[in-house]
Amino acid sequence: MKTDELIAALSRNVEPIDRRLIDRSMSIALAIAVVVAIGIALIALGVRADLIAPRAIIFTSLKLAFAIGTVGVASSYLARLMRPAGERRGFLVSAALPFAAALLLAAISLGQAPSSHWDKMVMGDEWLECLISIPVIAIVPFAVIIWAVRRAAPTNLVRTGALSGLVAGGVSAIGYALHCTDDSLPFVALWYGGTIAMCAVVGAILGPRLLRW
Amino acid sequence: MTAETELKALMIASQEGDAAAYRLLLERLSRHLRAYYKGKLAKLGRRLTESEDLVQEAVLAIHIQRHTYDPVELFTPWLHAIARYKLIDFLRRDRASIVDVPLDEAAETTASDDHIGTESSFDLRRLLRRLPKKMGCSIEAVKIDGLSVAEAAKRCGISEASVKVNIHRGLKVLSTLIARRTRT
Repeated sequence: MKTDELIAALSRNVEPIDRRLIDRSMSIALAIAVVVAIGIALIALGVRADLIAPRAIIFTSLKLAFAIGTVGVASSYLARLMRPAGERRGFLVSAALPFAAALLLAAISLGQAPSSHWDKMVMGDEWLECLISIPVIAIVPFAVIIWAVRRAAPTNLVRTGALSGLVAGGVSAIGYALHCTDDSLPFVALWYGGTIAMCAVVGAILGPRLLRW
Repeated sequence: MTAETELKALMIASQEGDAAAYRLLLERLSRHLRAYYKGKLAKLGRRLTESEDLVQEAVLAIHIQRHTYDPVELFTPWLHAIARYKLIDFLRRDRASIVDVPLDEAAETTASDDHIGTESSFDLRRLLRRLPKKMGCSIEAVKIDGLSVAEAAKRCGISEASVKVNIHRGLKVLSTLIARRTRT
């Protein structure tokens, strides 16, 4: 086939494109992901019984702020990264900011507590549940986000996969935070931060397989 | 940077459905891509005959992904990212070659052109026959025989909306078929 023939064929009867398709797909995917994550967390695990107690409100809000912050920063970078040449310097640093903030608060909180409490503050009561729940709840959100990314054309598949995993992990943490009763900052930094980061690593590994075009 | 300004204007017009601008754009891009791939393949010690396959893969990719160009951004980096992505993908498919694509500048994709040997090893009609019937029929009617969407809908026995969807999906499948065919 001659290239001119291909060009003639492709430029015959062209339709205007939908400029907002990509952003709309990502918004829809995010909304579905959040609803699914909260739904699974509430149905499978149940909302924490003391949700309206003052201490529970404060800590649930902190966990949600961390999760939503992660999702916000990561998804805004992902929205760029899913287009060719979407990489931006400095964005990976901002994606790490919520984690840095959580670690800093965790360190301050540990510094103010006697060292005999550290073990309880870091490990909490349900670290294993957190370790398992966040990645498991993240599976469906991850699939939905990958669906949206596949409607565009990322050129850095490892990084795009990692960001997709990061968003999915963050969304999953939003759901899990409504159930989790471990109220300490070191716990949140280590187990929420660690499992969300794990989701990003899995995303980076799967990215090149799932996102090729 | 005149190439950037001109190509960007053509791209925006193309996105709005201007067929003449689109044809002109693809013609210009194919010349840039040809020069780019010939240069890269020569550097990697590959046969230059492969470059036209790559040009066509990239042109098809540009067509399928033309909605991913955001007019607030520069056009040349977008073009370059697609050209480079398709080159790396092409080399990776070839198990014999070890991928080590040298870093390059966006300006290289808008380098000088070269118009010799513009035939690829693909046979469009044969590839179309491997597509699901509705996809092959829609693409053949609208893109090759130049029928309107309404006429194509009648010929293929499907609705007009379905013709559009089948063209879009069919071109994606076509690009996968081209990418997956075995190389020797």
